[in-house]
Amino acid sequence: MPLPQETVAELEEIAARYPQKRSGLLPMLHLVQSVAGQITPEGIEACAEILEISAAEVSGVATFYTMYKRRPVGDYHVGVCTNTLCAIMGGDLIFERLKDHLDVGNDETTEDGKITLEHVECNAACDYAPVMMVNWEFMDNQTPESAVRLVDDLRAGNEVRSTRGPRVVTWREAERVLAGFPDDLADEGPAAGPASLVGLKIAREQGWTAPSGSASGDADAVPDDKGEAVEHADTSRAESETTAEES
Amino acid sequence: MDVLTPILTDNWDAERAWTLASYESRGGYDALKKALSMSQDDVIAAVKDSGLRGRGGAGFPTGMKWSFIPQDNPNPKYLVVNADESEPGTCKDIPLMMASPHTLVEGVIISSYAIRANKAFIYVRGEVLHVVRRLQRAVQEAYLAGHLGTDIHGSGYDLDLVVHAGAGAYICGEETALLDSLEGRRGQPRLRPPFPAVAGLYASPTVINNVESIASVPSIIANGADWFASMGTEKSKGFGIFSLSGHVNRPGQYEAPLGITLRQLIELAGGMRNGNQLKFWTPGGSSTPLLNSEHLDVPLDFEAVGEAGSMLGTRALQIFDDTTCVVRAVLRWTEFYKHESCGKCTPCREGTWWLTQTLARLENGQGSEEDLDLLLDQCDNILGRAFCALGDGATSPITSSIKYFRADYLAHLEHGGCPFDPMASTVFAAEGASA
Amino acid sequence: MTVTTGDGAGSAVEKSDLVTLTIDGIEVSVPKDTLVIRAAEQVGVQIPRFCDHPLLDPVGACRQCLVDIPDAGNGRGFPKPQASCTLPVAEGMVVNTQATSAVADKAQQGIMEFLLINHPLDCPVCDKGGECPLQNQAMSNGRGESRFVEHKRVYPKPINISAQVLLDRERCVLCARCTRFSEQIAGDPFIALIERGALQQVGIYEREPFESYFSGNTIQICPVGALTSAAYRFRSRPFDLVSAPAVAEHDACGSAIRVDHRRGKVMRRLADNDPEVNEEWITDKDRFAFLWARQDDRLTHPMVRDEETGDLRVASWSEAFAVAARGLAAAKRKVGLLPGGRLTVEDAYAWSKFARVTCRTNNIDFRSRPLGADRGAEEAAFLASQVVLTGPDGGAVTYADLETARTVVLAGLEPEDEAGAIFLRLRKANRAHGTRIFSLAPFTSRGLRKMGGRLLPTVPGTEATALDALAENGEVALDGGGIVLVGERLASVPGALSAAVQLAQTTGARLAWVPRRAGDRGALEVGCLPNLFPGGRPVSDASARVDLGAAWGAAKLPEAEGLDAESILDALVEGDLEALVVGGVDPADTLQLYGGQLHGARAKKLRKALRKAFVVALEVRSSELTEVADVVFPVAPTTDKAGSFVNWEGRVRPFGKVLESPTSLPDVRVLAGIAEERGRPIGIRSPEQAATEMQQLGPWEGERLVIEPAEIPHEVSASSTSGERTLVLASWKQLIDDGRMQDGDDHYRATARRPVVLVGQATFDGLGGVEEGDLVTLTGPLGSLNLPVRVADLADGVVWAPASAPGFSVRHLVGPAGSTVTVSTLEGGRK
Ligand SMILES: Cc1cc2nc3c(=O)[nH]c(=O)nc-3n(C[C@H](O)[C@H](O)[C@H](O)COP(=O)(O)O)c2cc1C
Ligand code: SF4
Ligand code: FES
Repeated sequence: MPLPQETVAELEEIAARYPQKRSGLLPMLHLVQSVAGQITPEGIEACAEILEISAAEVSGVATFYTMYKRRPVGDYHVGVCTNTLCAIMGGDLIFERLKDHLDVGNDETTEDGKITLEHVECNAACDYAPVMMVNWEFMDNQTPESAVRLVDDLRAGNEVRSTRGPRVVTWREAERVLAGFPDDLADEGPAAGPASLVGLKIAREQGWTAPSGSASGDADAVPDDKGEAVEHADTSRAESETTAEES
Repeated sequence: MDVLTPILTDNWDAERAWTLASYESRGGYDALKKALSMSQDDVIAAVKDSGLRGRGGAGFPTGMKWSFIPQDNPNPKYLVVNADESEPGTCKDIPLMMASPHTLVEGVIISSYAIRANKAFIYVRGEVLHVVRRLQRAVQEAYLAGHLGTDIHGSGYDLDLVVHAGAGAYICGEETALLDSLEGRRGQPRLRPPFPAVAGLYASPTVINNVESIASVPSIIANGADWFASMGTEKSKGFGIFSLSGHVNRPGQYEAPLGITLRQLIELAGGMRNGNQLKFWTPGGSSTPLLNSEHLDVPLDFEAVGEAGSMLGTRALQIFDDTTCVVRAVLRWTEFYKHESCGKCTPCREGTWWLTQTLARLENGQGSEEDLDLLLDQCDNILGRAFCALGDGATSPITSSIKYFRADYLAHLEHGGCPFDPMASTVFAAEGASA
Repeated sequence: MTVTTGDGAGSAVEKSDLVTLTIDGIEVSVPKDTLVIRAAEQVGVQIPRFCDHPLLDPVGACRQCLVDIPDAGNGRGFPKPQASCTLPVAEGMVVNTQATSAVADKAQQGIMEFLLINHPLDCPVCDKGGECPLQNQAMSNGRGESRFVEHKRVYPKPINISAQVLLDRERCVLCARCTRFSEQIAGDPFIALIERGALQQVGIYEREPFESYFSGNTIQICPVGALTSAAYRFRSRPFDLVSAPAVAEHDACGSAIRVDHRRGKVMRRLADNDPEVNEEWITDKDRFAFLWARQDDRLTHPMVRDEETGDLRVASWSEAFAVAARGLAAAKRKVGLLPGGRLTVEDAYAWSKFARVTCRTNNIDFRSRPLGADRGAEEAAFLASQVVLTGPDGGAVTYADLETARTVVLAGLEPEDEAGAIFLRLRKANRAHGTRIFSLAPFTSRGLRKMGGRLLPTVPGTEATALDALAENGEVALDGGGIVLVGERLASVPGALSAAVQLAQTTGARLAWVPRRAGDRGALEVGCLPNLFPGGRPVSDASARVDLGAAWGAAKLPEAEGLDAESILDALVEGDLEALVVGGVDPADTLQLYGGQLHGARAKKLRKALRKAFVVALEVRSSELTEVADVVFPVAPTTDKAGSFVNWEGRVRPFGKVLESPTSLPDVRVLAGIAEERGRPIGIRSPEQAATEMQQLGPWEGERLVIEPAEIPHEVSASSTSGERTLVLASWKQLIDDGRMQDGDDHYRATARRPVVLVGQATFDGLGGVEEGDLVTLTGPLGSLNLPVRVADLADGVVWAPASAPGFSVRHLVGPAGSTVTVSTLEGGRK
């Protein structure tokens, strides 16, 4: 299906945000997904044409990133983190339970087209493990039971809220935001979840603070030549590269 | 010095902390005004003098990185914020941008001013929708308030800031892969030299810094380099967010001067859950070699963790108790590296493929003790041979786990499979939930 | 990633700076910026490699070339092995390769093992077996046994990434040489790395196959057997093949090739490495179009027309010589000779001498293409005054000059279609040195875009004016070290060649002529023109005639300028000529030369005249011309004889005989046979003798002809008139087309560009209701053709269509370039 004319115009608009238009490709592909529900040949061709690159190059990019889908995605993309920490904290069991409950395998969509289940890699929410993502909104501290309730609610069309964000929109709507066309939900949800605040809370309780601005310290020990800094760089890799740079 | 020093996290509990109004009500953007009244070189000098070292993992001195930007290069300069946070265990930048995106935006403006960039990008991983929203909103608010755009606060300085969402690729956290990705390409690392400071985005001088590094800049400008340097240890100055996850009673974010120990942090976190024993932990994400309970008192700064045989990395402290099977943990990380290997270089692409298969065999109790030597040799053939540090990182969990937990591997062979109950290590174990 | 531009000028000085380092204990000095992997070659150490290729940007991806660097030249070593293919040498650097360092050796073995775990063990059935860098380096730098016991990655095999190129993904080592070649060298990134990690693979976009004119190079540089050609796949094994160096016969580039043959048959052709000419690249035409000489219609015996039946019958060589000699004798001097532009310079020399000495005529012309209103007089003068006798030794423009030029102007030349090696060199020049390329053309072609070039929009027929205007064009700024390349097509525009000469004179730019055929330039050098004798001797110059007559031992050489090609045909029709010696010309070309009317009245007359005249044809394959000939001689294709071509630079490109075939003879031998029967021998019988004699004869050292300053016509009145949308047809041949020398490899031909009609936006809008890609009708003097329409930056009043494409010979079915044509929607609105 060819992309609507408005979409082509928006694709061009994305490309124009950047000093070199090819930089727009990732957001453009997000926009294609928001319109077509996946990466389509028409989407690839439209991007290639606008960016004046080959369709093979676009395809090379579209197949590199895991968020780009080559099969239709359901209304809700449900990701279960099964990277080590979440897996061990229960993510593996959650994922098993959902596969069973939804009767789908990894990266498959339920027959009603509502839910696409996928196990995902670490989503930077380890302090809320086990974590799930619905259309890339955080669903923190899940259990197999809560996960089942969650997907049931999604399928039933009940409103679902992110534990650290707004009410969940559809996957296509989410993709549109990632393309750089904001919706109006930024103000929903809390500033931070409970785990994000534990340290702060303790500090408040203990009356701990950072030193006041006037305090002065001894800044002399700062490594000030490159050689010394490099010695302290964390990886030997950094060192070899610096050596190469100097040589 | 207090144990915890909330600076970046200090406003996270404020009402609607993400809004400009809230941020400004606590003195937000004052540092920007101060910076704009300083010369660019003085801003760079302040950051240099503070001793701030990159918070994205490698710990390179931030001010020095900025000073590498050749100002005689006629090309435009760029600042790119690395907000790709994907290293397993790392979860500090995301809550920061969610709760207080303006801290980052203010840092971006000051940093861009210092390196004389008129265009900056925040490259944020795509899988965090609400964070993207908050960043988009913050940037929009900053434009409306005149913090961004042309002639910022009458200084004559112009800056445009674009929030750019990635699309799912851990390797795009590697700075040169990030640049390729930001140029609309496959996120594969670039050959260095040239270094980004000389030829980065669009082959122009580019500074790439981690979110937390850039977010630390306003506080340095506001309070002075000495203030920053008064915290931390001799060569690891300042504060940082320590992210505790796993088998502690209160996982979460703890902002403290560098040099705090895991023992202190676990204590703050209410101890290990159920009073279990600490088995192993990562000091800075899965790419940093595992440590064990012998290392509870290692000061968490760049030097001491290095001496302990690991790396401070991103202070992503993933903590596992003795219910955890280290082989299972390591296999899963290895699968992650295999999945995320960009494919460019042979040792990482093929090596992670092979490591995964060998480890899977061992986890199933198949194979022999010689396979551990084979694993170590595979790692030896990857480490330092790969094109970028992802390949190195892939070997860290394996070599360190064999070093400390050889017995766990052998137990799998004896047992003909995993001797651990996966249920026991879940959070809901106590609740008796079942799969 | 963005390409950094180096500074062409001045780098010569830096390059001479030598850097001294120690490799495996041996001190070696190499130019600054040399990569360690190549410096090691200087001390005789071959570091194993896959992704590295000297003509591609370094990438450091495969990690096979790791070496140990205990000292980077600053007293500090690298803690880990380094990729030698990305590391430039440094003064005082110490490098230990696998030859002396256990660390390097282990690193390399480790990488090799990784590469092999997912590589199939199918060497016995793999095309690359026996010449495979992976196989060879696994032997020399790998471990004996695999420790990998698990599952290999498998792919359903193989996939067609174009009609010609196949990909076996499981054999691929992901060195990205092919994708980098396509992007960096050819500019055709239709293959790309797709997927990620262990699943990364080379791929195309399904709807856009790898149709690059240069696709075959990827097969050659693939270090494993992942890329194969449909033409060669499973045909042969390297150890069964005999290789011979040769020169490509398809264009005037003079590209070095290697011909691999077995039992009298060419099995494949490869690019040879000639840094001064084609580097390591050739076009797909050069690589795949070689079966033409092996078609069923290949002539294998001389034939003469039977006096009783009127049919051609097989004859002995001696009978055929005799019959030809007799027929030519009867025609006296009323003979014309059309040797075509595909001859070796030795054969062309024989033709030239045969015309003068045996037939005693100057009616000889190698040009078999439309000559324009003045019947090629201006071009002949241009060639005689500007081109002949120039060459690299005499300071003529070379490939290397193109690479470092500041500005190059193209006129009447589409390098990607007509001279592939020039295209690649100009693209390289633009990318590496920022050479500015301008093209006087009707629209911005894909090739021009890929060279980073800029269009100087030119309506066909107005090139002379456009060239004239360039002298004043400050943007083009030819005076700062410019080169003007004129294609042979420019000859059809009155005044254009003269304008080019003037432009060069006023701006100080250098000028070069780029013909289309491999033999054109050689034919010029040996005087296959009505106004020139061999060695650039002007026919009109009495002392030249004397000089040559003395050398040839010929009492008297014909004095009057001869007839040009088109006039020769006219004279045959008029009965002013009675005999024709013709060879190496595509009959379609000859007829096109004669107004292009394959079926028109003029062509009919010509056919009739040819039947009436005495025609001797020297041909490789039977054709419309051999059908009407009275004597037919099978002559040898380039593989079956030694010889040389002279390329557009004026560089002599010799090659040896590859195959022994008793069924045909070189032209020189055939002409010698006829001449001897005629009693006027040419004194040479073989290419070698021809070469020796040419050598002895040497170049003309007297006065050169001068080109009369032609009048530069003022803007020709635009042919677009109100009402009927009449348009000028711009047109040239695309690289892959219906040419007879491309017969036989259908896979190759299937990769030709689909023919389209290009129109400007205004013309397109005027069509009404048509979308891009819809069929429209292109109508010209010869008829109509339905082709898909596309919009390009053409000036109003101009359309473009390829002169030829497989199955769509626009030049024969619609009309030649310059025709007045119309474009209309299909009748009945069919799309
Ligand atoms: C595989 C890999 C992944 C990385 N991921 C991140 C990341 O997600 N965020 C980040 O800031 N740095 C990441 N880095 C480090 C960056 O390459 C770079 O060092 C950092 O962004 C520099 O910023 P800093 O100096 O402020 O730390 C990664 C490095 C590698 C090798
Ligand atoms: S180590 Fe190699 S394959 Fe792995 S991510 Fe880096 S470049 Fe890509
Ligand atoms: S040849 Fe050096 S990395 Fe491939």
